[in-house]
Amino acid sequence: MSFQLIERQILTSGKRQDIPEQPPVISTRDVDVYYADKKALDKITLDIPANAVMSLIGPSGCGKTTFLRCLNRMNDLIDICRVEGDIRIDGQDIYAPEVNTVSLRAHVGMVFQRPNPFPKSIFENVAYGLRIHGLTSSKSELADRVEDSLKRAGLWEEVKDRLDEPGTGLSGGQQQRLCIARTIAVQPKIILMDEPCSALDPIATAKIEELIDEMRANFTIIIVTHSMQQAARVSQHTAFFHMGKLVEQGETRQIFTSPQDERTESYITGRIG
Amino acid sequence: MSPTTKIDLTGPRRSPWPERLIKALLIASSLVAVFVTVGIVFSLLFEAIRFFKIIPIQDFLFGLEWNPQTAIRADQVGAKGEFGAVPLITGTLLISTIAMLIATPLGLASAIYLAEYASSRTRAIVKPLLEILAGIPTVVYGFFAALMIAPLIRLTGTGMGLEVASESALAAGLAMGIMIVPLISSLSDDVINAVPQSLRDASYGLGATQAETIKKVVLPAALPGISGGLLLATSTAIGETMIVVMAAGLAANLTANPLEAVTTITVQIVTLLTGDQEFDSAKTLSAFALGLLLFTLTLLLNIAAQKIVNHYRERYD
Amino acid sequence: MTDLFTKVTPELKRRLRHERLFQWMGRSAIFIAIAFLLVMVGTIASMGVGALRQTHIELSVFLDPQELDTARLYDADYGRLVKKALRARFTEVKKRQDKRKLYNLISSQAEFTLRDLVVSRPSLIGQTVKVWFTASDDVDMLIKGNISSSTGNTQRRIDRRETRWINDLIAADQLESRFNSRFFWSGDSREPELAGILSAFAGSAFSLLVCFGLSFPVGIFAAIYLEEFAPKNRWSAFIEVNINNLAAVPSIVFGLLGLAVFLNTFGLPRSSPLVGGMVLALMTLPTIIIASRAALRAVPPSIREAALGIGASRIQTVFHHVAPLALPGMLTGAIVGMARALGETAPLLMIGMVAFVADVPNSIFEPATALPVQIFLWADSPERAFLEKTSAAIIVLLCFLVVMNLSAIILRRKFEKRY
Repeated sequence: MSFQLIERQILTSGKRQDIPEQPPVISTRDVDVYYADKKALDKITLDIPANAVMSLIGPSGCGKTTFLRCLNRMNDLIDICRVEGDIRIDGQDIYAPEVNTVSLRAHVGMVFQRPNPFPKSIFENVAYGLRIHGLTSSKSELADRVEDSLKRAGLWEEVKDRLDEPGTGLSGGQQQRLCIARTIAVQPKIILMDEPCSALDPIATAKIEELIDEMRANFTIIIVTHSMQQAARVSQHTAFFHMGKLVEQGETRQIFTSPQDERTESYITGRIG
Repeated sequence: MSPTTKIDLTGPRRSPWPERLIKALLIASSLVAVFVTVGIVFSLLFEAIRFFKIIPIQDFLFGLEWNPQTAIRADQVGAKGEFGAVPLITGTLLISTIAMLIATPLGLASAIYLAEYASSRTRAIVKPLLEILAGIPTVVYGFFAALMIAPLIRLTGTGMGLEVASESALAAGLAMGIMIVPLISSLSDDVINAVPQSLRDASYGLGATQAETIKKVVLPAALPGISGGLLLATSTAIGETMIVVMAAGLAANLTANPLEAVTTITVQIVTLLTGDQEFDSAKTLSAFALGLLLFTLTLLLNIAAQKIVNHYRERYD
Repeated sequence: MTDLFTKVTPELKRRLRHERLFQWMGRSAIFIAIAFLLVMVGTIASMGVGALRQTHIELSVFLDPQELDTARLYDADYGRLVKKALRARFTEVKKRQDKRKLYNLISSQAEFTLRDLVVSRPSLIGQTVKVWFTASDDVDMLIKGNISSSTGNTQRRIDRRETRWINDLIAADQLESRFNSRFFWSGDSREPELAGILSAFAGSAFSLLVCFGLSFPVGIFAAIYLEEFAPKNRWSAFIEVNINNLAAVPSIVFGLLGLAVFLNTFGLPRSSPLVGGMVLALMTLPTIIIASRAALRAVPPSIREAALGIGASRIQTVFHHVAPLALPGMLTGAIVGMARALGETAPLLMIGMVAFVADVPNSIFEPATALPVQIFLWADSPERAFLEKTSAAIIVLLCFLVVMNLSAIILRRKFEKRY
């Protein structure tokens, strides 16, 4: 299969896209993040529109993953991490004291850098979130939801005959799609993806990218990526981070064709990275 | 040096004799461990076989009465004594079971708390304290069990209208249980810490609480390692001597009632071999048969534990 | 949709309650374990403090020249002088039975105190001297409040009359509680007021010396071979399995080995620290080997390469460069092993180190006992006064263990990141 062909298709499809103006689903104002005394993010102000894919790009250590983990408060798990500023999802301050992270994370799902299926069966991996949140009332409903999620993650045909086998026995790309199925089973509004293809081969990557494009209809997706081609292929919006600062953001097409900031230009032309 | 001189690369074919001597010493030292194992097996086997010539092995393994006697006269009633090990085995198992029932929840719960919840400051205080608990000699546990725990249990039991022996299995088991807590806790702590963080992240990312993550993801992943640790702890409980010598009784009762007095394999070995004994009597030799039984039992548990733990290690390395 | 992340459904409430319960369980498990530790050590310490003090009674003794033949001062009947002094102090006591009770106020050791005094200063003969004697254990217990004078008839070891005598002595300032140095400087005794831990301590020290002398060299040599020289084959794997298993063999089995091999086959002296130390060495060996191998593994390969690179043989490399760097780690392991050996009791019972030993052993071949065994023996004694001795001996043992473990920790900290 020609890899460039896919790339062209997606790029052209991205170009034809008209992005409807909608109120942002996530908006952050002056977000600072500290690890102990070290400042990792500096005054990040960003609006993320609904039902679109936004990619966060930038050189290693620029803070893009840190920013991503603020959005479902995964940073709470790190003792020395401190978040300041205002992050709102659907107008609600997610760092308000009455917010509980359990509900928050049920609505803001996450897919990680390396596929991390639980050492359980494929079925149980997908059923896990449904079970802990008590989202299904019967066995058959649970089975239906698992099947539906696996179908939407494009994995059903490959695993339907071996749902009882361990999820860790799948190939890397299949594992990552299993993790995506696991995430969408809980039906979040937003899905955060932290370099989801960095551990995968090109063919598996292409499948995940296709999937991301399909998922846009139902979810708001924020993806951290190292690959500018990937950002160009899958996202409608792009934000460029550099040394803890948000340098530039806008429509992907515009960022890649006519960047405003010279640092952005240097990065996408490969001079810093 | 003249330009025609070649560098001589041929050293002495063998290394000089001091080096060979040292190497021989090193090898000999590493073989000591093997010799000790062989020594244990052979000395126990040798004496046990002599015992089984007097008392048939099936009478020892399946006999229900333990009543070792040395006859003063050969024609005395019950001169031979009875050497059925079953009451000792059940007594050992009863006390070990009580100990494990106490130590497993306490040890696991504290390991989970230390590994998953505690701040690094709490860990820095609690872990050394648990290590102290592990470092206290068992004779101290035995003294405390006999002096405080046993009377306390008896008082409570009598207050509830129960009949409690002054040296109940419960008292010895309780003290032993506390002694084993740090062992289980430190082994489980290591295993829990070895579970990759990415699994926890995945669970939190789906909106699981910490307790749900631990119970449904971390513990199932750590289960093989934890069960290996529990086997090792059981083996320690079975082989523990001083606590039972001081806090459990000598009466070989065949019972499952934790409020009664039972005796264990180790207690009987100590009783049979302290004080003056002629070395050839069945009574003395039976201690070695008991020792062989104890060694086999704990060895099997240890090998099983090591197999499980090694297998687990390979999975995450 | 505005309260998406804050709405607390009953389901969520249940989950969060469960979360709190789970955390609480962990906390209480730790609390129970540590509370047990504190209660146990606290109880024993509070019982043991008493042993640091000993009650003494002052009597005026007339050193009758008729009783004391200056030529044979050592063999005179000092017991009679003490008894006379007691009768003189309490003149109202007439009945024979009562007199025996009176003599029981003072420890049976009193005559030796008096003898030592007279032998060292014969000029005192003919005078009346005031001497402080050790009180008997019953008086001591009464003074310390460990037994009450009003206990029921069956348990009464001290009756009303004796209580009156004691009160009389207190009123006359002839009874006093002093620091009990004898506890640290004398050996075991059947009389609790005279029993001390020195013989047991010496036995432990000798045993540990033997244990260290055997297990440390053998342990580090074995570790060096396995870590630096042994080929990775089935044979070395077998040795490794052996060592791991040995580490988990019950200690009493080592005692059986010592009894069968060291005593019965080799005929080494029973009850001696030599055999005790040998048995403990076998037990400690796996600990030292495992710790030493870890220490050797921590030495970076670059050091080996540097030494081999300048033409050192492998033996030279290991002994000149690698082993010295690993030595602190090996020592740490050895100290931890020694601490465990110090607390070990069961194997020593097997090789006869349970005998009553009053004299302090002078060599590793004489019969001896050990601190934990002494604790076991005293714990078995019926006299109430041995209870506080047992507790005090435990505290001494624990102090030694703390010192050993602390020094291991300090050693580890000091040499932790040298390379």
